[in-house]
Amino acid sequence: MPEPEPQPYDPVGPGENEAVAPTGQGGAMDLALDEAESLEKPLDPDPSAPRERARSLWSDAWHQLRRNPVFVISSLFILFLVVISLWPQLIASGDPLHCELSKSQQGSSPGHPFGYDTQGCDVYTRTVYGARASITVGICATLGAALLGSALGGLAGFFGGWGDSLLSRVADIFFGIPVVLGGLVFLSVVTSTTVWPVVGFIVLLGWPQLARIARGSVITAKQNDYVQAARALGAGNARILLRHVAPNAVAPVIVVATIALGTYIALEATLSFLGVGLRPPTVSWGIDISNAASQIRNAPHMLLWPALALSLTVLAFIMLGDAVRDALDPKLR
Amino acid sequence: MLLEVRDLHVEFTTRDGVAKAVNGVNYSVDEGETLAVLGESGSGKSVTAQAVMGILDTPPGRIAGGRILFKGKDLLKMKEDERRRIRGAEMAMIFQDALSSLNPVLSVGAQLGEMFEIHRGMSRKDSRAKAVELMDRVKIPAARQRVADYPHQFSGGMRQRIMIAMALALEPSLIIADEPTTALDVTVQAQVMDLLAELQRELGMGLILITHDLGVVADVADRIAVMYAGRIVESAPVHAIYRAPAHPYTRGLLDSIPRLDQKGQELYAIKGLPPNLLAIPPGCAFNPRCPMARPVCRTEVPPLAEVAPDRASACFFWKECLGA
Repeated sequence: MPEPEPQPYDPVGPGENEAVAPTGQGGAMDLALDEAESLEKPLDPDPSAPRERARSLWSDAWHQLRRNPVFVISSLFILFLVVISLWPQLIASGDPLHCELSKSQQGSSPGHPFGYDTQGCDVYTRTVYGARASITVGICATLGAALLGSALGGLAGFFGGWGDSLLSRVADIFFGIPVVLGGLVFLSVVTSTTVWPVVGFIVLLGWPQLARIARGSVITAKQNDYVQAARALGAGNARILLRHVAPNAVAPVIVVATIALGTYIALEATLSFLGVGLRPPTVSWGIDISNAASQIRNAPHMLLWPALALSLTVLAFIMLGDAVRDALDPKLR
Repeated sequence: MLLEVRDLHVEFTTRDGVAKAVNGVNYSVDEGETLAVLGESGSGKSVTAQAVMGILDTPPGRIAGGRILFKGKDLLKMKEDERRRIRGAEMAMIFQDALSSLNPVLSVGAQLGEMFEIHRGMSRKDSRAKAVELMDRVKIPAARQRVADYPHQFSGGMRQRIMIAMALALEPSLIIADEPTTALDVTVQAQVMDLLAELQRELGMGLILITHDLGVVADVADRIAVMYAGRIVESAPVHAIYRAPAHPYTRGLLDSIPRLDQKGQELYAIKGLPPNLLAIPPGCAFNPRCPMARPVCRTEVPPLAEVAPDRASACFFWKECLGA
């Protein structure tokens, strides 16, 4: 090996050419030179030379997301929602269950910007506290549906065979259950006032969608050459599935789950509106909208604020899902 | 013998019927020997290799018969678990397209190290150090800096070096290289091939080189097996075949290499198309395209018979072919 000779100043540095230029660009000669060069004088890593950071799909996606205003706005709003559902006292000092009948349906007044509802409860406070139920149900139901759905769908897609056929038919059955009718039937027998029956019901109806997505993307991912290569190197099924297939199949699941989160929140509100979702004393936008609906001519402010909060929240999650899809799906770029 | 494939049959069930991809292949490789398997696309050369490695997709694929002896043991009778321990450690494969054969979401270091995690039970950290060693061995510059890079950050030649490093990681006794240089630039092809040949000599491995590039073969192979429609039609030491092919198909292949002294003349091409594997013609599969075909070629399958010491041809008229 010859001593590395002093080189003319090169701002990029040796070896760097290769890192920046993908194979597709630059003609055959370029590549040949590149290759020959790196063989002739290997290893002269100049520590001062700027080196492009290794970028994976995820860091690439993050890079793109940060510059997408839709993502920034929706994620800031969601962050705000999460914070106020954890600590509603931060922006609402009152008690959502403290009501004065004497103030029934009054309009806004100092300290009570959204006015009062029929029971004389402060609409502002109730709207703020209502975020907790929506966010809890949305996040828990999405996590449950995504974990259950991608585990079942992923295994079915990877192994195929009769398990796959069975799962697909079972998923079809759950797809066939009409959401509102199913909710009325299943949830009307429940007496619990916690959020869990609602979460459970949404998971039950939501997992087939995510299982289908996961199954499809696992089937696509397992046909890649690198899966066969990993098998040829002696990797077992568990390793192939977890390390080679799953990371390459998870993006669509994340996208669909994010969008589903918004629809699950809307579904919770729908069920609560119908009286089979969350029950008082739990504070929920759906319950408040239901109570306000009959009074819309007398006191439209009662309906406006919880409905607006619900719409914005659902919109934020759907926009977030859209932005994530744009970032994770290179084909759409 | 390191590897002996005996009368191997592989079929694929398709919507239109059963495609017979491999129809009684016989070949063998010794330690330190390079066998080049030559043939057009669809001749069954890759399928045979996949059957040897045990990575055939089943279904739709099915091994319909034959034996694959590796160090005297029949791979086809082994339990999947046992075979898995052999894959990667004792026999490894280099794939054609390094970009698609490397996982895009894992760094090359993680993928190289995986070999040691699977077969040697090493920790992540130790395996990463081994990965750097391997990258040095296949002459990737600045290995220590590049071990955390992702496959798309390397050039085609460098990626194929990484594939070679992965295959050689545990110093297997058999390497199957499936068109290792086809996806590379001509100038890089020679470098990668030289590297592979050098490491093979160093480690004394058996190498099965699957290719359709006769130029590559001449440089590195010891023996050649020519495949057509899922059968070996000729098998011989490399120089003998170049001097005088004993099968009209081999002759056709050799004649279709462009040569400098033929400038301005029309390039020879074998007439017709490779046979449909769903309906392989009766008799010799090559008969519809063969310039020497006679009635017997349409009714009887010529056996792969010894025509000289260490030479076999599956043509009734090999003498004519040699003499022509």
